[in-house]
Amino acid sequence: MDFELLLIILVDGLVYGSYLFMVAVGLTVICGVQKLLNVTHGALYAFGAYLTATLLILYFQVDWPQFGAFAVMLFAALFLGVFFGVIIERGLLRHLYHEDEHIIVLATFAAFLVLEDVLLLIWGTDPYLAPEPLGLLGSTEIAGLPFDNYSLSMVLLSAVVAAVLWYGLNRTQFGKLLLAVIYDRELAQAMGINVNRVFLLTFMLGSFLGALGGAYQAPAISVQPGIGVEVIVLAFAVVVIGGMGSIPGALIGSVIVGVARAFAVHQEPALELFVIYMIMAAVLIVRPQGLFAPAKPRTI
Amino acid sequence: MKAISRKRFMALAAALAVLLAAGAASAQTVKVAVPTFLTGGGAPTYGTASKNGVELVVRAINEGTLPAPYNSVGLAGRKIDLVVYDESGGGTKQVTELRNKVQKEGVDVVVGYVSSGSCAAIARVVEELRVLTLLTVCGTPRIFEELVKEPKYLFRIINHSTAGNVGAAHYVVKKLRNEAKNGYMGINQNYAWGQDAWRDFNLGVQTLAPELKPAKKQQFPKLFSGQYGTEISVLLRAKQKVVHSSFWGGDIEALIAQGKARGLFKRKTFVFTVGEITAHRIGKKFPPGQLARGPYGLYAEGIDTPLNKWFRSEYRKAYKQPPSSPAYHYADGIVAAKYAYDTAMKANGGKFPSTDQVIKALEHATYDILAAKVKMSLGKGHQAVTSDRWGYAEWDDAKGEIVVKDVVEFKAECVNPPEGVNAADWVKGGMKGAKCD
Repeated sequence: MDFELLLIILVDGLVYGSYLFMVAVGLTVICGVQKLLNVTHGALYAFGAYLTATLLILYFQVDWPQFGAFAVMLFAALFLGVFFGVIIERGLLRHLYHEDEHIIVLATFAAFLVLEDVLLLIWGTDPYLAPEPLGLLGSTEIAGLPFDNYSLSMVLLSAVVAAVLWYGLNRTQFGKLLLAVIYDRELAQAMGINVNRVFLLTFMLGSFLGALGGAYQAPAISVQPGIGVEVIVLAFAVVVIGGMGSIPGALIGSVIVGVARAFAVHQEPALELFVIYMIMAAVLIVRPQGLFAPAKPRTI
Repeated sequence: MKAISRKRFMALAAALAVLLAAGAASAQTVKVAVPTFLTGGGAPTYGTASKNGVELVVRAINEGTLPAPYNSVGLAGRKIDLVVYDESGGGTKQVTELRNKVQKEGVDVVVGYVSSGSCAAIARVVEELRVLTLLTVCGTPRIFEELVKEPKYLFRIINHSTAGNVGAAHYVVKKLRNEAKNGYMGINQNYAWGQDAWRDFNLGVQTLAPELKPAKKQQFPKLFSGQYGTEISVLLRAKQKVVHSSFWGGDIEALIAQGKARGLFKRKTFVFTVGEITAHRIGKKFPPGQLARGPYGLYAEGIDTPLNKWFRSEYRKAYKQPPSSPAYHYADGIVAAKYAYDTAMKANGGKFPSTDQVIKALEHATYDILAAKVKMSLGKGHQAVTSDRWGYAEWDDAKGEIVVKDVVEFKAECVNPPEGVNAADWVKGGMKGAKCD
């Protein structure tokens, strides 16, 4: 295998890995803090994609600066993160925290189904195409192949999101409160931390990240019914590989899966479908808690 | 026992008479169930258009306004009671839905199904339930070759998928031989549809021009994966210029969006076997390329039969856009039912026919659909064949819509196996018996 091909595989892998990271990071944040598998995450991704595609179609009909499209994506993700964060956390999850975790998963699954129908009610079955932002950033030639800079920018966005989350968790007061809640919810509450507020803010952050994943993907895909289901399966696989609730785990897991998949597509396409779940199975066998699962307190 | 008063008796009798009359009136309709994708990934491209096409034609049949030879009211004089329902949810759900429709709701005829998976699941159940069923889209040739070898109630009123891919092979050899001199490759979805499509196309080219070589490895990404960056890199690196693809739905739209951003369509010539539906939908955003379709959608433009002129004009009036292939397929399904019922009624001396008589009328029949003639010549008279059309699609600024140019029509007998021959064996065996002149 020549160096050029290796470079192309690496770039393809990083681009796909950044897509995986963007769809998985919100899920892992919620999972780490609130100890729940949030199935509505797929719907948040879909809402992000639908709202962004709709706004972009409208945006490009008027003569406004084209780069404003990126502000549109951010606005859509922020709006959805706050809106659904409050509705789902306050309206549903808050009443279920004392329940068994299986009940909570089922409740979020039910909410996911409802949200999927809400999508159909609002946007119908027609797909939405808004590819204009894909061409805004031009392209770059790497190892003789053109790569669109929009896809490459997703690698940068993922790195920024990971860095901001790392900084927020490890270098800010809110991050320390969050880590305390992650470590032991009851102890944190006993120490005077407003856990309800932390939960709400975390859920809003996770929802924002899910919607941001959809918003940034919207120009590259055909936004249509069913996209949330595809994403949630992949996001779960990455979260399991990286370790439930671990942001570095989600990052490293995404890169491993992305590069392995790119290698398969280039060298042995028949394995493309198999490679993600092979890695997941291998991790579950060797390290069932995931590669970077956060430490758990020993309960007596 | 308390005696009933005369007045009350008369009131009850009147009510009973009204109920019986209503029952008799409902018995004077033919209940037609139409499964199509109303939700999920198949809804945008297939579901909406197919529902529109069916509703338009059913309305015209019930009013008797469809052009000749179908200008009488209803199916054999009885109006159609239409039930459109969702095909999504997989094969098991579709079997349950079909049983409910027939056994609980008393459906007389089923016209529809998009997915090969749905068709494979319900094929044997149709025979068990003894309900006349006209399949409108699903591509797999397995229906009459493996699943129901002795069909009675099951029909398919469109070519199976082999015809489209053999037509693609003919087109590449005839029109794109120079582009294919360095070989050809494929990107198809990883399930039966995509794998069969590549197999038929590849074997077809190998039979017609063995000097054109396929790439060593083909791309089969997951259905509805939506992310094709890596596959696009593989295609761009390959020396082969011609790319075969049976992508459909959101997958083809995502491939186009991502491929255009990387100049894929400037470097490669794509042969999209079902791209017509997408070209139709996304219009100007569709990259110029080769497309296939039988006499439907874009390829039915300019076919001057009264039925086709009526359909195109009324569809545009009703839905503010020209009809795409799924609209034709489903409307043609209703037209096939109309042909079968009306023909059977004539043979029955003008009386409403039994299901067996309707079946007999459709078996081995040759009849007009909206834009072509159909022959029920395969599958013991239950599988239709039509011609297949290929052409170069591009945006027409003057018309404001996608048009196809340089259209080549391949006769039904050229792209379909002869009766009694398995499609895969026919292609593998060098397409013996094909009549292409």
